[in-house]
Amino acid sequence: MRLRLGLGLLGLLALGALLAPLAQGWLGHDPFAPDLFNRFAPPSAAHPLGTDELGRDILLRLLFGARVSLAVAAAVALGATLLGTTVGLLAAWRGGWADAVLMRLADGLLALPALPLLVVLAAVDTGRFGLPRGEALSDILRIAVILVAFGWVTVARLSRAAALTQLSLDYVAAARVAGASEARVLWRHVLPNIAGPIAVATALSVAGAILAESTLSFLGLGIQPPAPSWGNMLSNAQEMVFSAPLAAVWPGLAILLAVAGCTLLADGVRRRLP
Amino acid sequence: MLRLILGRLVQIAVTLAVLSAATWLVMGLMPGDPVDLALMADPNLTAADAARMRALHGLDRPLHERYLAWVAAVLGGEFGHSRLFAVPAAQVLWPAVGSTLVLLGCALVLAAGGGVLLGAWGAARSGAAPAVDGTAILAQSTPTFWLGILLVILFAVELGWLPAGGLPDDRGAAEALRFLALPVATLAIGNLAGYARHAMAAMQAELGAPYIRTARMKGLPESAVLWRHAFPNAAIPVVTILALDAGALVSGALITEQIFARPGMGKLIYDAVMGNDYNLALLALLLAALVTMLATLAADIAQRLIDPRLSR
Repeated sequence: MRLRLGLGLLGLLALGALLAPLAQGWLGHDPFAPDLFNRFAPPSAAHPLGTDELGRDILLRLLFGARVSLAVAAAVALGATLLGTTVGLLAAWRGGWADAVLMRLADGLLALPALPLLVVLAAVDTGRFGLPRGEALSDILRIAVILVAFGWVTVARLSRAAALTQLSLDYVAAARVAGASEARVLWRHVLPNIAGPIAVATALSVAGAILAESTLSFLGLGIQPPAPSWGNMLSNAQEMVFSAPLAAVWPGLAILLAVAGCTLLADGVRRRLP
Repeated sequence: MLRLILGRLVQIAVTLAVLSAATWLVMGLMPGDPVDLALMADPNLTAADAARMRALHGLDRPLHERYLAWVAAVLGGEFGHSRLFAVPAAQVLWPAVGSTLVLLGCALVLAAGGGVLLGAWGAARSGAAPAVDGTAILAQSTPTFWLGILLVILFAVELGWLPAGGLPDDRGAAEALRFLALPVATLAIGNLAGYARHAMAAMQAELGAPYIRTARMKGLPESAVLWRHAFPNAAIPVVTILALDAGALVSGALITEQIFARPGMGKLIYDAVMGNDYNLALLALLLAALVTMLATLAADIAQRLIDPRLSR
């Protein structure tokens, strides 16, 4: 039930992101072009959710914003899973010093308040590394890298705990006796058996990533306008909260649905684990 | 207990050292040092002036030398100046810490108290659990800053009952409470949901334990079984979550301050980073980290006091 609800929510949002250009053709506006005669238009057939402070269609901007927000989420999911699983498996397998150092690093990162650190990291001038500034794609990449730096911790801790349990089981000993190499033991025997906990941790860190991306964009440090993201749409809407309160409702609702989708997914998978 | 505290203090010191060094490095990568800014502000300055100013303030020395000099100064109690506010950094830091602690404290009491009660109620009342759980998942998924905006729309814009942000002019207690209400509610609601879910799971587990059956069999009224027997045990995991979640709580306080324009640590860090005031930003960041880690330690100590099994 939870699993289906979560998958359904995320699927719906992904579908919206994919169909954004189609919706643009159908409604016939440009979500990036200002239309100053049409500021704060109420919902109508032409603008189903009304228009924002520059007269741009809110629904279309939400759909295009979904592309940005979900792209960040997907990049973080990939990065955090790869890094976190590798670290967790290595720590569980090597034990001793490597385990202690990696897990102290994870504890240290978990003990810190993430938001001020993210603010500081997001303010770094990527132009100094020769990357282009202020383009949507480089923004997405920059935010994703920063979020992976925090997101791997959850995955690493959960995959380490799960891998420790698996490594102590008889089938691992049997595989070793049968002459399997250590790499094969980890890759073919342990990894498939800890896929469940990894999926749970990944879903949770993606939920955190969506929240963090929208927070940073809201603060003006994430995805830069004119590229829409749910966070930066909210930051414009907050300034206009007295004249157009409804414009502040939709982007937040989109974030809420995406995060709830990930949380439900994580809950659903966890309940199906043995 | 003493070993726990000492070990943790060492860990905190190491974390702060690593964090300050890493941040120093990162800030070296940020746009514009103070001299660049002075150059932008005053067209009469020449390249020679800039070089002299850099030498005067030690900005021409390598990054690690400046870091070590800064560490020595801070350990000696000398926090330096805030470029943005043009006063000694300590003068802006301490009021901000106080303001944040007030916000955090109020929200924490409301969230932990309300969450535990709600969770216990959800577990005790048959049929209430799915509703509590569903509402809690929704509340947990709500971005803090959006919740704040929604509360502003409802209570400040539509109803006009409470101020939308800022601080009162005169320092009356009632007025201060009115300005505190929305930020505290914003911060408390999201965290309350998390505590409620954990408390409910714990309470459900406790209610299935044999000692509860014994209590019921010896004829205790249901309220005594619930509140005297099950509830204290169910509250323990909430303290654990408190220890694990201190970072999220502080992060939430920082964004809440930003929305409601409350001059606390969060706004200070943001303004300092945005205004290229790296000394203030670094100090505020370290203080926020310190507050978080001390809160975690306090929760761990409280947990051991409540649950003697952990100390053994």
